[in-house]
Amino acid sequence: MDRRESFKTMLLGSLGAGLALQSCVENTPPEVVEEAIWKYTYGRTPKEQEFDEKLLCEEFFEEDELQQIETLANLILPPTEAGSIADANVVPFIEFMAKDVPEFQTKIKGGLVWLDIYCNAKYQLTFRSCTEEQQKQVLDMIAWPDPEAKEHPHEVAFFSLMRNLVLTGYFTSEVGIKELGYKGNTPNNWDGVPQDVLDDHGLSYDPEWLAKCVDPNTRGEIAQWDEEGNLIS
Amino acid sequence: MQIIESQKSYDVIIVGSGAGGGMATKVLADAGLKVAVVEAGPFFDPADEKTRTQLKWPYESPRRGAGTQRDFGEFDMAYGGWEIEGEPYNQIGDSKFDWFRSIMLGGRTNHWGRISLRFGPKDFKGKDKDGLGDNWPIGYEDVKPYYDKVDKLIGVFGSNEKRENDPDGFFLPAPKPRLHELYYIKGAKKSNVDVIPSRLSILTKRINNERGVCFYCRQCNRSCSVYADFSSGSCLIFPAQKNGGQVDLYVNSMVSEVTIDDNGKATGVNYINKEDRKQYSLKAKVVILAASACSSARILLNSKSEKFPNGLGNSSGLIGKYLHDSTGTDRMFFIPEMMHRKRYNEDGVGGLHVYSPWWLDNKKLDFPRGYHIEVWGGMGMPGYSTGFNPNYLNKYLGEKVGGYGNGLREDVKKFYGSVMGVSGRGESIAMKDNYCEIDPTTVDEWGIPVLRFNYHWTDHERKQARHMHDTFEEICHNMGGIVLGDKPTKEQDYGLLNPGRIIHEVGTTRMGSDPKTSVVNEFEQLHDVKNVFVVDAGPFVSQADKNPTWTILALAWRTSDYIIEELKKQNL
Repeated sequence: MDRRESFKTMLLGSLGAGLALQSCVENTPPEVVEEAIWKYTYGRTPKEQEFDEKLLCEEFFEEDELQQIETLANLILPPTEAGSIADANVVPFIEFMAKDVPEFQTKIKGGLVWLDIYCNAKYQLTFRSCTEEQQKQVLDMIAWPDPEAKEHPHEVAFFSLMRNLVLTGYFTSEVGIKELGYKGNTPNNWDGVPQDVLDDHGLSYDPEWLAKCVDPNTRGEIAQWDEEGNLIS
Repeated sequence: MQIIESQKSYDVIIVGSGAGGGMATKVLADAGLKVAVVEAGPFFDPADEKTRTQLKWPYESPRRGAGTQRDFGEFDMAYGGWEIEGEPYNQIGDSKFDWFRSIMLGGRTNHWGRISLRFGPKDFKGKDKDGLGDNWPIGYEDVKPYYDKVDKLIGVFGSNEKRENDPDGFFLPAPKPRLHELYYIKGAKKSNVDVIPSRLSILTKRINNERGVCFYCRQCNRSCSVYADFSSGSCLIFPAQKNGGQVDLYVNSMVSEVTIDDNGKATGVNYINKEDRKQYSLKAKVVILAASACSSARILLNSKSEKFPNGLGNSSGLIGKYLHDSTGTDRMFFIPEMMHRKRYNEDGVGGLHVYSPWWLDNKKLDFPRGYHIEVWGGMGMPGYSTGFNPNYLNKYLGEKVGGYGNGLREDVKKFYGSVMGVSGRGESIAMKDNYCEIDPTTVDEWGIPVLRFNYHWTDHERKQARHMHDTFEEICHNMGGIVLGDKPTKEQDYGLLNPGRIIHEVGTTRMGSDPKTSVVNEFEQLHDVKNVFVVDAGPFVSQADKNPTWTILALAWRTSDYIIEELKKQNL
């Protein structure tokens, strides 16, 4: 069975003759759906996978809304050499989260419309057709929440939500994780804080404590104890 | 509906495959008994590539690990959660008990924190200390040999500290503290709060040739594919099978009741097969319940008959009563000295490398019983919510919060690894008025009457939570840190989390010598029905400021030895 066929079998197998899926497979180019689904290969229960496939097939935003999100995302985090919104797949991520977290839906859709209404009143243009300078003037108004306030005006709350989704979308992507400098998620041998870091922080290991710790050289040897519970191997 | 009877019959049926069920399976199968393990969820093997989430990156998921599908994030290895579609539970009045279930082979052992603490001598005799609750009918000396055996069979790292109520054991070496943990040690010591290496059932050193050694990915909650952490499947049930044990696994099989004969002796169980929704029955000489404290209570209460109209083993009326969970409250610290950190791999093991066992004398305090402090933080793997409120901490530095543009990249990098947290986990007093019972108005999708809960904290627990926050703030101050968020007020129960939230619920089939005031005897055997046992945390008389798993395992082993002896004597 080739990949395309096995994909179809998997999809149809998990969803049965679900109408959502049929329309999804018919209306979306198969290679697009295939790519979207094969990309995600971590362990899920059949029920979870079925749910994800359903979400991946649904379209929640219109094309122009997605473009507006893209514009906004690029203002929040303009591209650098380290990585961009496009590299980090931030827009598809936001689109997915809007389907996954129903509370986001009205907030995002409504916020996007509000942006256009506001720009139309002020500049007689949609948000996307404004100049970057005009767009930033709008953002300057809504991007600085009062950190002490318990409640925020809707447009400020909307922007904070978008900023959160953009930032988390970026820093959970391959380029974002690289830029952040996270070094783990790989087989490793933890042997304490590096000496230069200890020095920078004016800290050191207590020798008595270290005596209770793992010796990386003998950790592959099978543990044995004396009767008192002292490790002797 | 017709009940389909199995032609096979067993020496022992074990209901549930978590810590208690797994241990009973291992000990009884190794002794040559024919065992049926009946598990309500699907088969799960941490080594199975198809279900693996360990070492996956957030971008391998469309939701980047968000907790919309699984409560602790979608890579967490617990199938279930606080609410399960089709399997509801209810509350009485304004009770707010949260019930976490992991319905799969191995149960909650697949994702838990691996904090593996023995109870100490005082923990079995709480009433002697302060007159509250009840003593256990057994003491530390009865359980010690089994704790020793559990240490050696399963593996736990830690250190022998000669502490009176945190007994020594057979430990593997501890991992060195991480940077934020060194800060914590410094801050805690200034306040005379003890700190010692944590005790987690993770193999920092090899214990046999079947299981791997920890490779430090910090993902024990995803269940270890090389079996370097304790899960019931990988460490107990599969080894029992590989050892030639006669173990039949019945998965997706939800037990509804224990069946009895005319003499009031258990004959087996009835269960619903979740795949064909039909009811089946299995027969055995002995039935062991290990479905979790509340689920086992539910099965017994639903096992009504003419002889046992209030449920099986419930002549005392105490099944479901004395339900209690650990107390818990948390706080986060911002450590300005830990901004702009040098990057290196500090994943370490899946959890804390250091902790503070209870260090005070209650005679000088306004609440009974103690708590321990867990520590978390570090440069962990980014996941959904990394980057939220990217420069919120600027407010403590006198800088602006909010904005847009590439300055945000620098903010996220600046603060990465500078926030840490502490969690207090303590002992509550078991109360008869805190209970679960059958809700006659509701069934789950398998047609089985569900539980409803009635649970309220008292001032004992509230005052303990207040003390936790006082301690947290003092330690944070000593560390040069800033405590985030406001101190919870009296109206907020001093931040005490809802009962159930710590997922240490115990006590629903309490142990005792007197059948009038307890449900099981010291061997976890129903007073009323000699061939039914409960080996989850239901028999706990009190919870201690320790996590329950190591005690569940030790007692399940002790009970299994007793069952083997009693079968030999033909007493069951």
